[in-house]
Amino acid sequence: MSTMTYEQAMEQFDPVFGIEVHVELNTATKMFCGCANEFGAEPNTQVCPVCLGLPGSMPVTNQKAVESAIRLGLSLGCQIRESSRFARKNYFYPDLAKDYQISQYDEPTCFEGSLDVVLDDGTVVTVGIERAHMEEDAGKNTHVGGTGGIQGASHSLVDYNRGGVPLVEIVTKPITGAGARTAEVARAYVATIRDIVKALGISDGRMEQGSVRADVNLSLRPKAAAGEDQDAVPFGKRSETKNVNSLRAIERAIHHEAARQAELLLAGQPVIQETRHWHEDTGSTTPGRSKEEAEDYRYFPEPDLLPVEPSREWVEELRGTLPEHPAKMRARLKEQWGFSDTDMRDAVNADALDLIAASVEAGAKPQAARKWWMGELARTANDRDVPLRDLPVTPEHVAELQSLVDAGTINDKLARQALEGVLAGEGSPREVVESRGLEVVSDDSALEAAVDEALAAQPDVLAKIQDGKIQAAGAIVGAVMKATRGQADAGRVREIILQRAGVEG
Amino acid sequence: MSDIVDWTRATAAQMAAALQAGEITSVELTQAHLDRIAAVDTDVHAFLHVDTDGALATAREVDAARAAGESLPPLAGVPIAIKDILVTEGLPTTAGSRILEGWVPPYDATVTRKIREARMPILGKTNMDEFAMGSSTEHSGYGPTRNPWDLDRIPGGSGGGSAASLAAWEAPLAIGSDTGGSIRQPASVTGTVGVKPTYGGVSRYGAIALASSLDQLGPCARTVEDAAYLHEVMGGHDPMDATSLNEPVPSCVEAARQGREQDLTGVRIGVIKELSGEGYQAGVEQRFEESLEKLKTLGATVVEVSCPSFTYALAAYYLILPSEASSNLAKFDSVRFGMRVEKATIEKTMGATRAEGFGDEVKRRIILGTYALSAGYYDAYYGSAQKVRTLIQRDFAAAFEQADVLVSPTTPTTPFKLGERIDDPLAMYLNDVATIPANLAGIPGMSLPSGTAPEDGLPTGFQILAPAHEDARMYRIGAALEKALAEEWGGPLASQAPELEVAE
Amino acid sequence: MSSLERADVARLAALARIDMTDEDLDRLGGQLNAIVDAVATVAEVAGEDVPATSHPIPMSNVHREDVVRPSLAQDAALSGAPEAEDGRFRVPQILGEEA
Ligand SMILES: [Mg+2]
Ligand SMILES: [Zn+2]
Repeated sequence: MSTMTYEQAMEQFDPVFGIEVHVELNTATKMFCGCANEFGAEPNTQVCPVCLGLPGSMPVTNQKAVESAIRLGLSLGCQIRESSRFARKNYFYPDLAKDYQISQYDEPTCFEGSLDVVLDDGTVVTVGIERAHMEEDAGKNTHVGGTGGIQGASHSLVDYNRGGVPLVEIVTKPITGAGARTAEVARAYVATIRDIVKALGISDGRMEQGSVRADVNLSLRPKAAAGEDQDAVPFGKRSETKNVNSLRAIERAIHHEAARQAELLLAGQPVIQETRHWHEDTGSTTPGRSKEEAEDYRYFPEPDLLPVEPSREWVEELRGTLPEHPAKMRARLKEQWGFSDTDMRDAVNADALDLIAASVEAGAKPQAARKWWMGELARTANDRDVPLRDLPVTPEHVAELQSLVDAGTINDKLARQALEGVLAGEGSPREVVESRGLEVVSDDSALEAAVDEALAAQPDVLAKIQDGKIQAAGAIVGAVMKATRGQADAGRVREIILQRAGVEG
Repeated sequence: MSDIVDWTRATAAQMAAALQAGEITSVELTQAHLDRIAAVDTDVHAFLHVDTDGALATAREVDAARAAGESLPPLAGVPIAIKDILVTEGLPTTAGSRILEGWVPPYDATVTRKIREARMPILGKTNMDEFAMGSSTEHSGYGPTRNPWDLDRIPGGSGGGSAASLAAWEAPLAIGSDTGGSIRQPASVTGTVGVKPTYGGVSRYGAIALASSLDQLGPCARTVEDAAYLHEVMGGHDPMDATSLNEPVPSCVEAARQGREQDLTGVRIGVIKELSGEGYQAGVEQRFEESLEKLKTLGATVVEVSCPSFTYALAAYYLILPSEASSNLAKFDSVRFGMRVEKATIEKTMGATRAEGFGDEVKRRIILGTYALSAGYYDAYYGSAQKVRTLIQRDFAAAFEQADVLVSPTTPTTPFKLGERIDDPLAMYLNDVATIPANLAGIPGMSLPSGTAPEDGLPTGFQILAPAHEDARMYRIGAALEKALAEEWGGPLASQAPELEVAE
Repeated sequence: MSSLERADVARLAALARIDMTDEDLDRLGGQLNAIVDAVATVAEVAGEDVPATSHPIPMSNVHREDVVRPSLAQDAALSGAPEAEDGRFRVPQILGEEA
């Protein structure tokens, strides 16, 4: 393994990188047929002659997918081609039903864009977008025998449910000048794409389910000598690391590749232009098929489909539906919510911004919403090893929980118990409070009796309070809380104690 | 009409009328054709699969519905043969290839569905050159079809099975597909009628693709009117085929009726200069000239037009077709359907399966297409061929300024002997020289019999081409010519074919 | 026009996933060269100024509404498969590719 670190690599080399992001659209149906576009069905139950590539079948483009692609392109500042086409990319692979992928080649629908990416410290980096084009996903191979991987498998099984799911592939131009911040820029770029597709409502943006997938290209070139133009130094040979599917993995993959390439170059060895596979467990990459035996994809215009020629009016209409740029939205929310830089960054990194926003929308105060999502719920998600949004809790639940606290129906401790109930599927916070009987005891006579009992048990405490050591009341409050199993309103208990001691608060 | 003794010799229109009049039942009609198939198809080999039970079941249903007074589509109960390129749910579909041997599709092509909705008993699936690659049906993976006019000769291709089934009186109607002439050329050499509609006029959904930008399904029949009826059943917009025309089906039957009124006053007929002369058989040209004279006597004027780019049509065609086919046929990979020759890895399995499952002509064209699309050659080959298409379209546009329809002999020669050109692909490709331009330009074309060549007594064909969307024009002129010729011959040309030996 | 060498035909056959014996390569190679020579003439007339025609009838923007249609039942989907297992299409091992 590499003995070089990313930092050391960055001292001697200038990185150039590019990212290809595949976004799975959340249309109701697939790209070219009416099969449901849904995750998790029984194998080969969301297939038809078209997406199975049966002889005679023909594709027809999904209008919603075209619309989504154009809206995404517009969000990336792209131009929308007046006449664009689909093309066939020909290669044999068992998960590719027709043994060609319908994609776009020399005439992509969206091209020449740019996207401002805001780093954690507020620095803005502009990323050039080469193109955003539509294509279809492949099916899924499962390898049987051996260790479950492709190597050593005895045979494989193919499920075409995912085959034909609509994708938009976004390709950046080569990004230069990021230097040591390359990994950070790459991560922020993919996070921004994820936020944009979610804000557009065209994808759930879930990297862990593969809805947003990234391939990262990286090459190194020598640093220009002082006073020389770095842009005059030619690019080095690049590697393309496939399927880097989390924000953290993008940073790690760039760290690893930069260090690996730097070490090769310093040892006088060439970097091979190749595809590499990312291994999440080891944080490293291994070579895939080398480009020497690369396929000749024999692209040609898809003769079964017609050109996509969106009218200028329609494009402008779609432009009118675009949401705010995520960075701008973040700045606005930060201001509105009164969050600190740290609050905001943590929420973004936890992919919780829209959950907090929805909770606020449902009536929760911003800080309260943040507290629940980034505290109790984040911990639970972590324990359960699921994404925050997969917990059986909705923003409406959070808002309801907080409103119960604000109304004094429950206190913080009871609220956590109520949340436990919600997480256990016992219903909404209000339902859990009722069914578990979590309500704060607000009946004064019951509380008075409990206070009297506690005072009687600890007569010395009463004397201390009467002596002016009011903080000694805490012991009695604790005893009452214990006796009422936490359901008493601590503030009210305190008032009663002070009344009994004759020292009005 | 009750004087008809052998119903297999009737036209589809006569059969439909007799069914409606209750003179015959669909079961009787269907059984008569099944009997004829049993009697002659061992020699002719027009069918790859005969669906006796299915055809009779449909016939029984139609008879019952008619007896119950239900209103039925015009051709309900008239049997039909379907080229094996069209997928048929529950019926084997092979496209003439061993690689699909035994495959039973889980769905119907749009045209198959329309045939079922028209309630026409499906007699079976007809033989064809493997994946429609050929002009003689000798490239079928299941052995050749023979021409009913002379069993030693080719029935044309790729739709030799459909054309031969008509000429052998095994079916009154058949479905064909025409990528470069595969409906018209077999029609020409079997003395029958075949029509390639305007590209997009008939849905391609469920037709096993050869070259997507050229393929078009169409009707095969023994008369122009019968073809018109079937055209109207098959045609129309289909949301499952993006290239399908979103416009009403042309009024082919009405146009054919008009044609039989024999008045072509004011109609301008353009003779394509480039489709004559060298390579054209004398008897073919003679019958063509005689047909022109007939059209003139009906009031048409004849002008000569020139389409200089046709010189390059064959070359463009033999680049576009293999290129698209190389991609369309990639799916035959042994994973989801069809033959598998099992090897240690899937890569090797695919290679071995395709080596064994595909015939030589298919391999030749796949390799040629792979070459024409490969990096560095695309512009010179596929790209240039697509430009030639533009030139051919321009030639047609200019010619249609001068004439309402364009005409030529359908094929340069009468049918040649089986095996004669099998080892010479280039000579084989020349069969299609007159039919290919229509496919490149997307315009409709029809072939109807113009007689038999005096030197060999074999059928010759007359081709009519119309501008895109103007399919009806061909029916009007074709029906007029057909009637004039039939009057001279004393009946349809098919009746002049020698009687086949009957088994049993 | 460049003629197709035997190695070229072998490379094309590999790209097209068709196994070929030495004999196949010899036979097909010869025929292919004759055909390639004949079709190469298209480049003679295809000038820079001539646009390409990919669709014979010019049309555009033919789309489908995003409405679910019934899929095939699993057994119908698998009905033509040379081999199936656990509701999936079974294939011999795949080499040298990512999952
Ligand atoms: Mg892609
Ligand atoms: Zn589907």
